[in-house]
Amino acid sequence: MTKQQAGLRSGPGPAPEGRPARAERRRQYAAYPYALYLPATVVYLVIFAVPTVMAFYFALTRWTLFDSTFVGLQNFRDFLAEQNLRIGFQNTIFYAVVTSGLKVVLGLLLGVLLTSKLRLRGFLRSVVFFPVLVSTVAVGITFSVLLKPDTGLVNRALALVGIDGGDWLGDATTALLSVALVDVWKGVGLATVIYIAGILSIPRDYYQAVAVDGGNAWHRFRHVTLPLSWPATYSVIILSFIGGLRSFDLIWTMTRGGPGFTSDTIASIIYKQYQAGFFGLSTAGNVLLFLVVSAIIVPLTWFLGKRQVAV
Amino acid sequence: MRALRRFGAEAIALILATVFFLVPFALMLLTAVKDPAQALDLDFAWPANWRLVENFTEVIEARDYVLLRAYVNSTVLTVVSVALIVVFAAMAAFVLQRRPGKVGSLANFLVLSGLIIPPAIVPTIWLLQAFGLFKTMPGLILVEVAFGLSYAVLLFRAFIAAIPRELDEAAMIDGCTGPALFFRVIFPLLRPVTITVILTSSVAIFNDFVNPLYFLPGDDNATVQVTLYNFQSQYNTQWNLLFMDIVLITIPPLLLFVFFNRKIVAGMTAGAIKG
Repeated sequence: MTKQQAGLRSGPGPAPEGRPARAERRRQYAAYPYALYLPATVVYLVIFAVPTVMAFYFALTRWTLFDSTFVGLQNFRDFLAEQNLRIGFQNTIFYAVVTSGLKVVLGLLLGVLLTSKLRLRGFLRSVVFFPVLVSTVAVGITFSVLLKPDTGLVNRALALVGIDGGDWLGDATTALLSVALVDVWKGVGLATVIYIAGILSIPRDYYQAVAVDGGNAWHRFRHVTLPLSWPATYSVIILSFIGGLRSFDLIWTMTRGGPGFTSDTIASIIYKQYQAGFFGLSTAGNVLLFLVVSAIIVPLTWFLGKRQVAV
Repeated sequence: MRALRRFGAEAIALILATVFFLVPFALMLLTAVKDPAQALDLDFAWPANWRLVENFTEVIEARDYVLLRAYVNSTVLTVVSVALIVVFAAMAAFVLQRRPGKVGSLANFLVLSGLIIPPAIVPTIWLLQAFGLFKTMPGLILVEVAFGLSYAVLLFRAFIAAIPRELDEAAMIDGCTGPALFFRVIFPLLRPVTITVILTSSVAIFNDFVNPLYFLPGDDNATVQVTLYNFQSQYNTQWNLLFMDIVLITIPPLLLFVFFNRKIVAGMTAGAIKG
Protein backbone atom coordinates (compact mmCIF):
# COMPACT_ATOMS: atom_id res chain seq x y z
CA MET A 1 0.00 0.00 0.00
CA THR A 2 2.97 2.29 0.27
CA LYS A 3 3.86 2.23 -3.40
CA GLN A 4 1.12 4.69 -4.26
CA GLN A 5 2.37 7.62 -6.27
CA ALA A 6 3.21 10.57 -4.03
CA GLY A 7 1.74 14.01 -4.31
CA LEU A 8 -1.29 15.14 -6.23
CA ARG A 9 -2.92 12.86 -8.70
CA SER A 10 -4.89 14.83 -11.14
CA GLY A 11 -7.34 13.12 -13.39
CA PRO A 12 -7.58 9.54 -14.43
CA GLY A 13 -4.41 7.85 -15.51
CA PRO A 14 -2.81 4.43 -15.52
CA ALA A 15 -2.85 2.75 -12.15
CA PRO A 16 0.47 2.75 -10.30
CA GLU A 17 2.73 -0.10 -11.29
CA GLY A 18 3.79 -3.02 -9.21
CA ARG A 19 0.39 -4.24 -8.15
CA PRO A 20 -1.54 -7.16 -9.58
CA ALA A 21 -4.29 -5.78 -11.78
CA ARG A 22 -6.97 -7.96 -10.28
CA ALA A 23 -6.25 -6.93 -6.70
CA GLU A 24 -6.26 -3.33 -7.81
CA ARG A 25 -9.60 -3.81 -9.42
CA ARG A 26 -11.12 -5.49 -6.37
CA ARG A 27 -9.76 -2.73 -4.16
CA GLN A 28 -11.29 -0.07 -6.41
CA TYR A 29 -14.53 -1.97 -6.45
CA ALA A 30 -14.78 -1.78 -2.69
CA ALA A 31 -13.46 1.74 -2.20
CA TYR A 32 -15.19 3.49 -5.06
CA PRO A 33 -18.44 1.58 -5.58
CA TYR A 34 -20.58 2.46 -8.57
CA ALA A 35 -23.49 2.63 -6.13
CA LEU A 36 -22.43 6.20 -5.38
CA TYR A 37 -23.37 7.05 -8.95
CA LEU A 38 -26.86 5.79 -8.37
CA PRO A 39 -28.90 8.80 -7.13
CA ALA A 40 -27.36 11.21 -9.63
CA THR A 41 -27.74 8.72 -12.48
CA VAL A 42 -31.37 7.94 -11.72
CA VAL A 43 -32.41 11.59 -11.64
CA TYR A 44 -30.32 12.46 -14.68
CA LEU A 45 -31.53 9.55 -16.79
CA VAL A 46 -35.20 9.77 -15.89
CA ILE A 47 -35.67 13.53 -15.97
CA PHE A 48 -33.11 14.51 -18.60
CA ALA A 49 -31.76 11.69 -20.78
CA VAL A 50 -34.94 9.69 -21.36
CA PRO A 51 -37.01 12.75 -22.45
CA THR A 52 -34.17 13.82 -24.73
CA VAL A 53 -34.25 10.45 -26.49
CA MET A 54 -38.06 10.24 -26.49
CA ALA A 55 -38.15 13.66 -28.15
CA PHE A 56 -36.83 12.09 -31.33
CA TYR A 57 -39.90 9.89 -31.52
CA PHE A 58 -42.54 12.41 -30.41
CA ALA A 59 -41.16 14.96 -32.86
CA LEU A 60 -42.51 12.68 -35.57
CA THR A 61 -46.04 12.57 -34.20
CA ARG A 62 -49.14 14.64 -33.72
CA TRP A 63 -49.34 14.50 -29.98
CA THR A 64 -51.85 15.39 -27.27
CA LEU A 65 -49.82 14.04 -24.32
CA PHE A 66 -52.37 11.19 -24.08
CA ASP A 67 -52.11 9.71 -27.52
CA SER A 68 -49.90 10.31 -30.48
CA THR A 69 -50.35 9.69 -34.19
CA PHE A 70 -47.28 9.08 -36.28
CA VAL A 71 -46.99 11.71 -39.01
CA GLY A 72 -43.43 11.20 -40.17
CA LEU A 73 -41.44 14.33 -40.93
CA GLN A 74 -44.52 16.54 -41.21
CA ASN A 75 -43.60 18.64 -38.15
CA PHE A 76 -40.14 19.34 -39.48
CA ARG A 77 -41.58 20.24 -42.85
CA ASP A 78 -43.90 22.72 -41.11
CA PHE A 79 -40.99 24.16 -39.23
CA LEU A 80 -38.95 24.75 -42.34
CA ALA A 81 -41.80 25.81 -44.60
CA GLU A 82 -43.62 28.37 -42.46
CA GLN A 83 -42.01 31.76 -42.49
CA ASN A 84 -43.02 32.37 -38.86
CA LEU A 85 -41.18 29.28 -37.75
CA ARG A 86 -38.23 29.47 -40.09
CA ILE A 87 -37.34 32.95 -38.91
CA GLY A 88 -36.53 31.37 -35.55
CA PHE A 89 -33.42 29.77 -37.04
CA GLN A 90 -31.96 32.97 -38.43
CA ASN A 91 -32.77 34.79 -35.23
CA THR A 92 -31.26 32.12 -33.00
CA ILE A 93 -27.99 32.11 -34.94
CA PHE A 94 -27.93 35.91 -35.17
CA TYR A 95 -28.57 36.25 -31.44
CA ALA A 96 -25.87 33.73 -30.50
CA VAL A 97 -23.28 35.28 -32.82
CA VAL A 98 -23.95 38.87 -31.73
CA THR A 99 -23.99 38.11 -28.01
CA SER A 100 -20.93 35.90 -27.96
CA GLY A 101 -18.98 38.21 -30.30
CA LEU A 102 -19.65 41.26 -28.16
CA LYS A 103 -19.02 39.37 -24.94
CA VAL A 104 -15.58 38.33 -26.22
CA VAL A 105 -14.60 41.83 -27.35
CA LEU A 106 -16.03 43.76 -24.38
CA GLY A 107 -15.06 41.08 -21.89
CA LEU A 108 -11.46 41.18 -23.09
CA LEU A 109 -11.33 44.99 -22.98
CA LEU A 110 -12.86 45.14 -19.52
CA GLY A 111 -10.63 42.29 -18.40
CA VAL A 112 -7.50 44.19 -19.50
CA LEU A 113 -8.81 47.39 -17.92
CA LEU A 114 -9.64 45.72 -14.63
CA THR A 115 -6.28 43.96 -14.31
CA SER A 116 -4.38 47.22 -14.85
CA LYS A 117 -3.18 49.41 -12.02
CA LEU A 118 -6.50 51.10 -11.63
CA ARG A 119 -7.68 52.55 -8.38
CA LEU A 120 -11.17 51.35 -7.48
CA ARG A 121 -10.45 48.22 -9.48
CA GLY A 122 -12.27 46.06 -6.95
CA PHE A 123 -15.31 48.32 -7.00
CA LEU A 124 -15.45 48.27 -10.79
CA ARG A 125 -15.16 44.49 -10.91
CA SER A 126 -18.15 44.23 -8.58
CA VAL A 127 -20.16 46.73 -10.61
CA VAL A 128 -19.49 44.87 -13.85
CA PHE A 129 -20.20 41.46 -12.38
CA PHE A 130 -23.34 42.14 -10.36
CA PRO A 131 -25.83 42.06 -13.28
CA VAL A 132 -24.88 38.39 -13.80
CA LEU A 133 -26.62 37.57 -10.52
CA VAL A 134 -29.77 39.60 -11.10
CA SER A 135 -32.79 37.71 -12.34
CA THR A 136 -33.29 37.82 -16.09
CA VAL A 137 -36.96 38.74 -15.71
CA ALA A 138 -36.04 41.77 -13.60
CA VAL A 139 -33.41 42.85 -16.13
CA GLY A 140 -35.88 42.37 -18.98
CA ILE A 141 -38.58 44.50 -17.35
CA THR A 142 -36.16 47.25 -16.38
CA PHE A 143 -34.70 47.52 -19.85
CA SER A 144 -38.13 47.45 -21.47
CA VAL A 145 -38.75 50.64 -19.49
CA LEU A 146 -35.40 52.17 -20.38
CA LEU A 147 -35.99 51.45 -24.07
CA LYS A 148 -39.51 52.89 -24.27
CA PRO A 149 -39.92 55.05 -27.37
CA ASP A 150 -40.91 58.41 -25.86
CA THR A 151 -40.17 58.36 -22.16
CA GLY A 152 -37.32 55.86 -22.09
CA LEU A 153 -33.97 57.00 -20.81
CA VAL A 154 -32.09 55.67 -23.84
CA ASN A 155 -33.99 57.83 -26.29
CA ARG A 156 -33.85 60.86 -24.01
CA ALA A 157 -30.09 60.48 -23.75
CA LEU A 158 -29.84 60.11 -27.52
CA ALA A 159 -32.01 63.20 -27.98
CA LEU A 160 -29.43 65.20 -26.02
CA VAL A 161 -26.86 64.52 -28.71
CA GLY A 162 -29.41 65.10 -31.46
CA ILE A 163 -30.19 61.51 -32.42
CA ASP A 164 -33.80 60.51 -32.81
CA GLY A 165 -34.03 57.02 -31.34
CA GLY A 166 -36.84 54.81 -32.52
CA ASP A 167 -39.09 52.33 -30.81
CA TRP A 168 -36.34 49.85 -30.05
CA LEU A 169 -38.47 46.88 -29.03
CA GLY A 170 -41.50 47.71 -31.18
CA ASP A 171 -39.62 47.94 -34.47
CA ALA A 172 -39.01 44.70 -36.31
CA THR A 173 -35.54 45.75 -37.43
CA THR A 174 -34.18 46.61 -33.99
CA ALA A 175 -36.15 44.38 -31.57
CA LEU A 176 -33.90 41.34 -31.61
CA LEU A 177 -30.70 43.40 -31.67
CA SER A 178 -31.89 45.41 -28.66
CA VAL A 179 -32.60 42.23 -26.70
CA ALA A 180 -29.18 40.88 -27.69
CA LEU A 181 -27.50 44.05 -26.41
CA VAL A 182 -29.33 43.75 -23.09
CA ASP A 183 -28.13 40.15 -22.92
CA VAL A 184 -24.58 41.45 -23.40
CA TRP A 185 -25.12 44.02 -20.64
CA LYS A 186 -26.21 41.26 -18.27
CA GLY A 187 -23.66 38.65 -19.30
CA VAL A 188 -20.48 40.61 -20.02
CA GLY A 189 -19.57 40.48 -16.31
CA LEU A 190 -19.09 36.73 -16.50
CA ALA A 191 -16.92 37.07 -19.61
CA THR A 192 -14.93 39.76 -17.81
CA VAL A 193 -14.19 37.69 -14.71
CA ILE A 194 -13.22 34.73 -16.90
CA TYR A 195 -10.79 37.01 -18.77
CA ILE A 196 -9.49 38.44 -15.49
CA ALA A 197 -8.73 34.91 -14.26
CA GLY A 198 -7.07 34.12 -17.60
CA ILE A 199 -4.97 37.30 -17.71
CA LEU A 200 -3.85 36.94 -14.09
CA SER A 201 -2.56 33.44 -14.82
CA ILE A 202 -0.17 34.76 -17.49
CA PRO A 203 3.37 34.69 -16.01
CA ARG A 204 4.74 38.19 -15.37
CA ASP A 205 8.02 37.26 -17.11
CA TYR A 206 6.47 37.70 -20.53
CA TYR A 207 5.54 41.29 -19.78
CA GLN A 208 9.04 41.94 -18.47
CA ALA A 209 10.44 40.49 -21.67
CA VAL A 210 8.35 42.92 -23.71
CA ALA A 211 9.53 45.77 -21.50
CA VAL A 212 13.18 44.75 -22.02
CA ASP A 213 12.61 44.81 -25.77
CA GLY A 214 11.20 48.30 -25.45
CA GLY A 215 7.62 47.39 -26.22
CA ASN A 216 4.72 49.61 -25.24
CA ALA A 217 1.26 48.90 -23.92
CA TRP A 218 0.01 47.89 -27.36
CA HIS A 219 2.81 45.35 -27.79
CA ARG A 220 2.07 43.94 -24.37
CA PHE A 221 -1.55 43.47 -25.36
CA ARG A 222 -0.96 42.25 -28.89
CA HIS A 223 1.87 39.81 -28.25
CA VAL A 224 1.28 38.62 -24.70
CA THR A 225 -2.20 39.22 -23.34
CA LEU A 226 -4.15 38.43 -26.48
CA PRO A 227 -2.50 35.13 -27.44
CA LEU A 228 -2.05 33.88 -23.87
CA SER A 229 -5.62 34.56 -22.79
CA TRP A 230 -6.78 32.15 -25.46
CA PRO A 231 -8.18 29.59 -22.97
CA ALA A 232 -10.40 32.35 -21.57
CA THR A 233 -11.58 33.30 -25.06
CA TYR A 234 -12.37 29.66 -25.71
CA SER A 235 -14.48 29.41 -22.55
CA VAL A 236 -16.29 32.67 -23.22
CA ILE A 237 -17.14 31.71 -26.80
CA ILE A 238 -18.41 28.24 -25.89
CA LEU A 239 -20.37 29.42 -22.84
CA SER A 240 -22.04 32.36 -24.52
CA PHE A 241 -22.78 30.38 -27.67
CA ILE A 242 -24.54 27.67 -25.68
CA GLY A 243 -26.39 30.33 -23.70
CA GLY A 244 -27.24 32.36 -26.79
CA LEU A 245 -28.60 29.44 -28.79
CA ARG A 246 -30.84 28.37 -25.91
CA SER A 247 -31.86 31.81 -24.70
CA PHE A 248 -35.51 32.25 -23.98
CA ASP A 249 -36.28 34.20 -20.81
CA LEU A 250 -34.89 37.59 -21.81
CA ILE A 251 -36.55 37.51 -25.22
CA TRP A 252 -39.79 36.36 -23.67
CA THR A 253 -39.90 39.09 -21.02
CA MET A 254 -38.89 41.87 -23.41
CA THR A 255 -40.67 41.20 -26.70
CA ARG A 256 -42.43 37.80 -26.51
CA GLY A 257 -41.04 37.20 -29.95
CA GLY A 258 -42.73 40.31 -31.27
CA PRO A 259 -43.51 42.48 -33.06
CA GLY A 260 -45.27 39.70 -34.93
CA PHE A 261 -42.78 36.86 -35.08
CA THR A 262 -39.78 38.97 -35.93
CA SER A 263 -37.78 38.37 -32.78
CA ASP A 264 -38.76 34.74 -32.19
CA THR A 265 -35.97 32.29 -31.53
CA ILE A 266 -36.26 28.52 -31.61
CA ALA A 267 -36.67 28.46 -27.83
CA SER A 268 -39.54 30.95 -27.87
CA ILE A 269 -41.25 29.09 -30.73
CA ILE A 270 -41.03 25.90 -28.67
CA TYR A 271 -42.89 27.69 -25.89
CA LYS A 272 -45.49 29.21 -28.20
CA GLN A 273 -46.26 25.87 -29.85
CA TYR A 274 -46.44 24.26 -26.43
CA GLN A 275 -48.92 26.88 -25.23
CA ALA A 276 -50.99 26.42 -28.37
CA GLY A 277 -51.16 22.69 -27.69
CA PHE A 278 -49.04 21.60 -30.67
CA PHE A 279 -46.91 19.28 -28.58
CA GLY A 280 -45.49 17.36 -31.52
CA LEU A 281 -44.49 20.55 -33.28
CA SER A 282 -43.01 21.94 -30.07
CA THR A 283 -40.96 18.78 -29.61
CA ALA A 284 -39.81 18.97 -33.22
CA GLY A 285 -38.55 22.45 -32.36
CA ASN A 286 -36.70 20.94 -29.44
CA VAL A 287 -35.07 18.34 -31.66
CA LEU A 288 -34.10 21.03 -34.15
CA LEU A 289 -32.61 23.12 -31.34
CA PHE A 290 -30.70 20.04 -30.19
CA LEU A 291 -29.37 19.52 -33.72
CA VAL A 292 -28.44 23.19 -34.16
CA VAL A 293 -26.64 23.28 -30.80
CA SER A 294 -24.75 20.05 -31.50
CA ALA A 295 -23.95 21.05 -35.08
CA ILE A 296 -22.39 24.28 -33.84
CA ILE A 297 -20.93 23.48 -30.43
CA VAL A 298 -19.26 20.15 -31.24
CA PRO A 299 -17.20 21.42 -34.21
CA LEU A 300 -16.57 24.68 -32.36
CA THR A 301 -15.21 22.83 -29.33
CA TRP A 302 -13.09 20.66 -31.56
CA PHE A 303 -11.78 23.59 -33.62
CA LEU A 304 -11.11 25.90 -30.68
CA GLY A 305 -9.66 23.03 -28.64
CA LYS A 306 -7.17 22.32 -31.41
CA ARG A 307 -6.04 25.92 -31.48
CA GLN A 308 -5.68 25.84 -27.74
CA VAL A 309 -3.10 23.08 -28.04
CA ALA A 310 -1.33 24.82 -30.91
CA VAL A 311 -0.80 28.13 -29.09
CA MET B 1 1.25 65.92 -16.40
CA ARG B 2 1.30 62.22 -17.12
CA ALA B 3 -0.15 61.44 -13.72
CA LEU B 4 -2.88 63.96 -14.36
CA ARG B 5 -3.74 62.44 -17.72
CA ARG B 6 -3.76 59.00 -16.19
CA PHE B 7 -6.06 60.21 -13.48
CA GLY B 8 -8.36 61.74 -16.09
CA ALA B 9 -8.54 58.53 -18.10
CA GLU B 10 -9.27 56.55 -14.97
CA ALA B 11 -12.00 58.93 -13.94
CA ILE B 12 -13.64 58.69 -17.36
CA ALA B 13 -13.49 54.88 -17.37
CA LEU B 14 -14.92 54.83 -13.88
CA ILE B 15 -17.79 57.18 -14.69
CA LEU B 16 -18.63 55.39 -17.94
CA ALA B 17 -18.68 51.96 -16.35
CA THR B 18 -20.68 53.17 -13.38
CA VAL B 19 -23.26 54.92 -15.52
CA PHE B 20 -23.50 52.02 -17.89
CA PHE B 21 -23.92 49.34 -15.26
CA LEU B 22 -25.59 51.16 -12.39
CA VAL B 23 -28.19 53.37 -14.11
CA PRO B 24 -30.72 50.53 -14.46
CA PHE B 25 -30.37 49.82 -10.74
CA ALA B 26 -30.87 53.49 -9.95
CA LEU B 27 -34.10 53.42 -11.93
CA MET B 28 -35.28 50.34 -10.02
CA LEU B 29 -34.56 51.82 -6.60
CA LEU B 30 -35.91 55.30 -7.32
CA THR B 31 -39.13 54.10 -8.90
CA ALA B 32 -39.69 51.57 -6.13
CA VAL B 33 -40.02 54.30 -3.50
CA LYS B 34 -42.04 56.86 -5.48
CA ASP B 35 -45.76 57.48 -5.28
CA PRO B 36 -47.84 56.04 -8.15
CA ALA B 37 -48.23 59.37 -9.97
CA GLN B 38 -44.55 60.20 -10.00
CA ALA B 39 -43.57 56.61 -10.79
CA LEU B 40 -45.42 56.97 -14.10
CA ASP B 41 -42.68 59.34 -15.28
CA LEU B 42 -40.14 56.50 -15.09
CA ASP B 43 -37.35 59.01 -14.78
CA PHE B 44 -34.47 59.68 -12.42
CA ALA B 45 -36.04 62.53 -10.50
CA TRP B 46 -35.65 62.36 -6.76
CA PRO B 47 -38.81 60.92 -5.13
CA ALA B 48 -41.16 63.73 -4.05
CA ASN B 49 -42.92 61.53 -1.51
CA TRP B 50 -41.05 58.65 -0.03
CA ARG B 51 -43.39 55.69 -0.04
CA LEU B 52 -40.96 52.97 0.92
CA VAL B 53 -43.14 51.36 3.59
CA GLU B 54 -46.45 51.85 1.77
CA ASN B 55 -45.17 50.38 -1.48
CA PHE B 56 -43.58 47.54 0.40
CA THR B 57 -46.74 46.56 2.25
CA GLU B 58 -48.87 47.05 -0.85
CA VAL B 59 -46.71 44.69 -2.90
CA ILE B 60 -46.69 42.12 -0.13
CA GLU B 61 -50.47 42.26 0.26
CA ALA B 62 -51.16 42.26 -3.46
CA ARG B 63 -53.30 39.44 -4.76
CA ASP B 64 -53.75 37.85 -1.37
CA TYR B 65 -50.08 37.73 -0.36
CA VAL B 66 -49.00 35.95 -3.53
CA LEU B 67 -45.48 37.34 -3.18
CA LEU B 68 -45.01 35.87 0.28
CA ARG B 69 -46.17 32.48 -0.91
CA ALA B 70 -43.88 32.80 -3.90
CA TYR B 71 -40.99 33.56 -1.56
CA VAL B 72 -41.73 30.43 0.46
CA ASN B 73 -41.98 28.37 -2.72
CA SER B 74 -38.74 29.73 -4.13
CA THR B 75 -36.96 29.13 -0.84
CA VAL B 76 -38.16 25.53 -0.62
CA LEU B 77 -37.28 24.93 -4.26
CA THR B 78 -33.80 26.44 -3.91
CA VAL B 79 -32.86 24.82 -0.59
CA VAL B 80 -34.02 21.31 -1.42
CA SER B 81 -32.69 21.31 -4.98
CA VAL B 82 -29.30 22.64 -3.93
CA ALA B 83 -29.01 20.12 -1.08
CA LEU B 84 -29.73 17.25 -3.45
CA ILE B 85 -27.39 18.61 -6.11
CA VAL B 86 -24.54 18.88 -3.60
CA VAL B 87 -24.89 15.34 -2.23
CA PHE B 88 -25.62 13.61 -5.54
CA ALA B 89 -22.98 15.48 -7.53
CA ALA B 90 -20.25 15.07 -4.89
CA MET B 91 -20.83 11.31 -4.67
CA ALA B 92 -20.79 10.91 -8.44
CA ALA B 93 -17.76 13.16 -8.88
CA PHE B 94 -15.84 11.14 -6.28
CA VAL B 95 -16.26 7.83 -8.09
CA LEU B 96 -15.83 9.55 -11.45
CA GLN B 97 -12.47 11.04 -10.48
CA ARG B 98 -11.14 8.02 -8.58
CA ARG B 99 -12.22 5.17 -10.81
CA PRO B 100 -11.44 5.59 -14.49
CA GLY B 101 -12.64 3.08 -17.02
CA LYS B 102 -15.48 2.51 -19.41
CA VAL B 103 -18.15 3.51 -16.92
CA GLY B 104 -16.16 6.62 -16.09
CA SER B 105 -15.86 7.63 -19.74
CA LEU B 106 -19.58 7.16 -20.20
CA ALA B 107 -20.27 9.28 -17.12
CA ASN B 108 -17.93 11.98 -18.43
CA PHE B 109 -19.78 12.00 -21.71
CA LEU B 110 -23.12 12.33 -19.92
CA VAL B 111 -21.81 15.23 -17.83
CA LEU B 112 -20.72 17.12 -20.94
CA SER B 113 -24.01 16.33 -22.69
CA GLY B 114 -25.85 17.72 -19.69
CA LEU B 115 -23.99 20.99 -20.08
CA ILE B 116 -24.69 21.37 -23.78
CA ILE B 117 -28.00 19.72 -24.69
CA PRO B 118 -31.13 21.84 -24.36
CA PRO B 119 -33.69 19.88 -22.33
CA ALA B 120 -36.61 18.41 -24.28
CA ILE B 121 -39.51 20.20 -22.65
CA VAL B 122 -42.72 18.46 -23.62
CA PRO B 123 -41.38 14.90 -23.27
CA THR B 124 -40.21 15.86 -19.77
CA ILE B 125 -43.70 17.12 -18.95
CA TRP B 126 -45.15 13.91 -20.33
CA LEU B 127 -42.84 11.81 -18.17
CA LEU B 128 -43.51 13.86 -15.05
CA GLN B 129 -47.22 13.49 -15.67
CA ALA B 130 -46.84 9.74 -15.90
CA PHE B 131 -45.28 9.82 -12.43
CA GLY B 132 -47.92 12.24 -11.15
CA LEU B 133 -45.21 14.86 -10.58
CA PHE B 134 -46.20 17.46 -13.17
CA LYS B 135 -47.28 20.76 -11.59
CA THR B 136 -45.91 19.68 -8.24
CA MET B 137 -43.00 21.06 -6.25
CA PRO B 138 -41.19 17.68 -6.03
CA GLY B 139 -41.38 17.43 -9.82
CA LEU B 140 -39.83 20.86 -10.30
CA ILE B 141 -37.15 20.04 -7.72
CA LEU B 142 -36.20 16.90 -9.63
CA VAL B 143 -36.02 18.92 -12.85
CA GLU B 144 -33.73 21.52 -11.28
CA VAL B 145 -31.53 18.76 -9.84
CA ALA B 146 -31.29 16.92 -13.16
CA PHE B 147 -30.38 20.10 -15.07
CA GLY B 148 -28.00 21.37 -12.38
CA LEU B 149 -26.02 18.19 -11.73
CA SER B 150 -23.55 18.41 -14.61
CA TYR B 151 -22.00 21.71 -13.65
CA ALA B 152 -21.73 20.70 -9.99
CA VAL B 153 -20.05 17.41 -10.93
CA LEU B 154 -17.45 19.34 -12.95
CA LEU B 155 -16.60 21.59 -10.00
CA PHE B 156 -16.46 18.70 -7.52
CA ARG B 157 -14.36 16.51 -9.81
CA ALA B 158 -11.75 19.21 -10.29
CA PHE B 159 -11.50 19.69 -6.53
CA ILE B 160 -11.35 15.98 -5.72
CA ALA B 161 -8.49 15.58 -8.20
CA ALA B 162 -6.36 17.65 -5.81
CA ILE B 163 -7.08 15.43 -2.78
CA PRO B 164 -4.22 12.91 -2.54
CA ARG B 165 -5.14 9.26 -2.81
CA GLU B 166 -2.93 8.47 0.19
CA LEU B 167 -5.81 9.74 2.23
CA ASP B 168 -8.12 7.10 0.78
CA GLU B 169 -5.45 4.46 1.39
CA ALA B 170 -5.01 5.51 5.00
CA ALA B 171 -8.74 5.43 5.59
CA MET B 172 -8.97 2.01 3.96
CA ILE B 173 -6.28 0.62 6.26
CA ASP B 174 -8.49 1.73 9.11
CA GLY B 175 -11.31 -0.25 7.53
CA CYS B 176 -13.16 2.72 6.12
CA THR B 177 -14.23 2.08 2.55
CA GLY B 178 -17.02 2.71 0.06
CA PRO B 179 -19.76 5.10 1.17
CA ALA B 180 -18.20 5.43 4.62
CA LEU B 181 -14.92 6.52 3.03
CA PHE B 182 -16.78 9.15 1.04
CA PHE B 183 -19.04 10.52 3.74
CA ARG B 184 -16.61 10.42 6.66
CA VAL B 185 -13.31 11.26 5.00
CA ILE B 186 -13.78 12.89 1.61
CA PHE B 187 -17.00 14.86 1.90
CA PRO B 188 -15.87 16.97 4.90
CA LEU B 189 -12.78 17.95 2.90
CA LEU B 190 -14.94 19.28 0.07
CA ARG B 191 -16.19 22.20 2.15
CA PRO B 192 -14.67 25.01 0.05
CA VAL B 193 -15.99 23.71 -3.25
CA THR B 194 -19.29 22.76 -1.62
CA ILE B 195 -19.80 26.39 -0.65
CA THR B 196 -19.04 27.41 -4.22
CA VAL B 197 -21.52 24.89 -5.63
CA ILE B 198 -24.16 26.02 -3.13
CA LEU B 199 -23.72 29.66 -4.12
CA THR B 200 -23.72 29.24 -7.89
CA SER B 201 -26.59 26.74 -7.91
CA SER B 202 -28.69 28.80 -5.49
CA VAL B 203 -28.40 31.89 -7.66
CA ALA B 204 -29.19 29.90 -10.80
CA ILE B 205 -32.23 28.15 -9.31
CA PHE B 206 -33.61 31.17 -7.45
CA ASN B 207 -33.38 33.21 -10.65
CA ASP B 208 -34.68 30.44 -12.88
CA PHE B 209 -37.72 31.48 -14.87
CA VAL B 210 -38.02 28.92 -17.67
CA ASN B 211 -38.38 25.72 -15.67
CA PRO B 212 -41.01 27.00 -13.20
CA LEU B 213 -42.88 28.46 -16.18
CA TYR B 214 -43.06 25.06 -17.86
CA PHE B 215 -43.17 22.61 -14.99
CA LEU B 216 -45.00 24.45 -12.21
CA PRO B 217 -47.59 26.71 -13.82
CA GLY B 218 -50.43 28.19 -11.80
CA ASP B 219 -50.65 30.79 -9.09
CA ASP B 220 -50.74 28.51 -6.06
CA ASN B 221 -47.13 27.48 -6.12
CA ALA B 222 -45.61 30.09 -8.39
CA THR B 223 -41.99 31.03 -7.71
CA VAL B 224 -40.87 34.64 -7.34
CA GLN B 225 -39.68 34.92 -10.93
CA VAL B 226 -43.00 33.73 -12.35
CA THR B 227 -44.85 36.04 -9.96
CA LEU B 228 -42.76 38.95 -11.15
CA TYR B 229 -43.52 38.02 -14.74
CA ASN B 230 -47.26 37.97 -13.98
CA PHE B 231 -47.00 41.28 -12.11
CA GLN B 232 -45.60 42.82 -15.27
CA SER B 233 -48.88 42.49 -17.14
CA GLN B 234 -50.99 43.31 -14.11
CA TYR B 235 -49.13 46.36 -12.86
CA ASN B 236 -48.04 48.09 -16.01
CA THR B 237 -49.59 51.28 -14.72
CA GLN B 238 -48.30 50.93 -11.16
CA TRP B 239 -44.63 51.06 -11.83
CA ASN B 240 -43.77 51.78 -8.21
CA LEU B 241 -45.19 48.42 -7.16
CA LEU B 242 -43.63 46.53 -10.05
CA PHE B 243 -40.21 47.95 -9.27
CA MET B 244 -40.65 47.37 -5.55
CA ASP B 245 -41.24 43.73 -6.47
CA ILE B 246 -38.07 43.72 -8.58
CA VAL B 247 -36.09 45.21 -5.71
CA LEU B 248 -37.40 42.62 -3.26
CA ILE B 249 -36.50 39.81 -5.64
CA THR B 250 -33.02 41.21 -6.24
CA ILE B 251 -32.20 41.36 -2.54
CA PRO B 252 -31.30 37.66 -1.96
CA PRO B 253 -28.70 37.51 -4.76
CA LEU B 254 -27.43 40.93 -3.67
CA LEU B 255 -26.84 39.65 -0.13
CA LEU B 256 -25.00 36.58 -1.43
CA PHE B 257 -22.95 38.85 -3.66
CA VAL B 258 -21.99 41.17 -0.82
CA PHE B 259 -20.85 38.36 1.45
CA PHE B 260 -19.47 35.81 -1.02
CA ASN B 261 -18.38 37.84 -4.03
CA ARG B 262 -15.02 36.08 -4.36
CA LYS B 263 -16.43 32.59 -3.89
CA ILE B 264 -19.10 33.12 -6.55
CA VAL B 265 -16.64 34.54 -9.06
CA ALA B 266 -14.17 31.74 -8.32
CA GLY B 267 -16.86 29.11 -8.87
CA MET B 268 -18.08 30.56 -12.12
CA THR B 269 -14.62 31.05 -13.61
CA ALA B 270 -13.21 27.70 -12.40
CA GLY B 271 -16.04 25.80 -14.02
CA ALA B 272 -15.66 27.79 -17.20
CA ILE B 273 -11.92 27.45 -17.63
CA LYS B 274 -11.88 23.73 -16.92
CA GLY B 275 -15.14 22.89 -18.64
